[in-house]
Amino acid sequence: MKLKQLESLLGEIQQFSNPKIQLEQYPTGPHIASRMLYTAENSFGDVSGKVVADLGCGCGTLGAAAAILGAEHVTGIDIDPDSLEIASSNAEYLEFEMDLVLCDVKNLGWRGQVVDTIVMNPPFGTRRKGADMEFLSAALKHASKAVYSLHKTSTRDHIKRAAVRDYGAESAEVLCELRYDVPQLYKFHKRKEVDIAVDLWRFVPRSHRENDV
Amino acid sequence: MRLLTHNMLSSNIKGVINGFPLRIEVEKVVEKPVDFNPDFLKNMFSKIEWKPLVDASRTMGYAELPEEADASMLDSHDFLQRFHHALLELHLEEGALFCPETNRRFPVNKGIPNMLLHEDEV
Ligand SMILES: C[S@@+](CC[C@H](N)C(=O)[O-])C[C@H]1O[C@@H](n2cnc3c(N)ncnc32)[C@H](O)[C@@H]1O
Repeated sequence: MKLKQLESLLGEIQQFSNPKIQLEQYPTGPHIASRMLYTAENSFGDVSGKVVADLGCGCGTLGAAAAILGAEHVTGIDIDPDSLEIASSNAEYLEFEMDLVLCDVKNLGWRGQVVDTIVMNPPFGTRRKGADMEFLSAALKHASKAVYSLHKTSTRDHIKRAAVRDYGAESAEVLCELRYDVPQLYKFHKRKEVDIAVDLWRFVPRSHRENDV
Repeated sequence: MRLLTHNMLSSNIKGVINGFPLRIEVEKVVEKPVDFNPDFLKNMFSKIEWKPLVDASRTMGYAELPEEADASMLDSHDFLQRFHHALLELHLEEGALFCPETNRRFPVNKGIPNMLLHEDEV
């Protein structure tokens, strides 16, 4: 599938109808989501035929992109039941399969390394400090092949250090810098849209022990 | 929820020693056919806990998996098809996941298990 095609399919996804500020619910737009998964598939072979998880899946854009690019199984996790309901109707409408689990990323009880690849657009940690790090830590624990994630460019050094030193990533690489439109969901944003610089990261988790529970 | 997801979920309540597997309680199962991909199944086999998959699929009304399985069976098309069906085509639509160690029940509605913990469980 062409990148343009993927992007336009993702454009049909219904986004948060009532975004919750404290959970940093801004949509991962089709532009970013398509590039993220397209790169994961075409440069690294991390999607097609794989088990993929989307942490903080919201309305499911990243998981949808994974499913469309041929992931064999996709699980989306979010703490908010309202977004999962939207994700579920998106899956029905666009006809892709995605298992959804209502769970706080901090308390994922997952056995071993069943998941190959994790894709995520975590909260940037602007509302609740450290939220981004909780996602990164969980992702590096549960993926066996690779983690793709978006983080503010201003936190680049910090992310790299934490991933490698604290969460045991074997490698942490910025694949590209993107512009992320944070829509004006929030009163304190004066302009209509604020566009911030984010990095698309690829982390490789350290090869793991077999089957630890 | 597919049994593949069930096979990786464990109870995440504080203090639980062995939260896996969660027992399935069925109210409604749906079947959704998906493409058969033998290479994927061969690759998945070593990551799956077999006995919990057998028990879960039986609870869901599918009793065609052998009690025990080893890698040599992956050459059998028939075996792979059963494995495929159990792992990817059966969905728990309504019911619950039950943690025998704590007696905690995680409800499953519209296919979505609710694994959110209460404050005193974290
Ligand atoms: C920036 S949005 C990601 C949007 C998503 N990729 C999409 O396409 O709709 C962050 C998501 O993380 C979820 N979230 C925030 N904190 C969470 C937590 N502790 N555990 C799980 N999900 C969480 C929010 O509900 C929100 O859906």
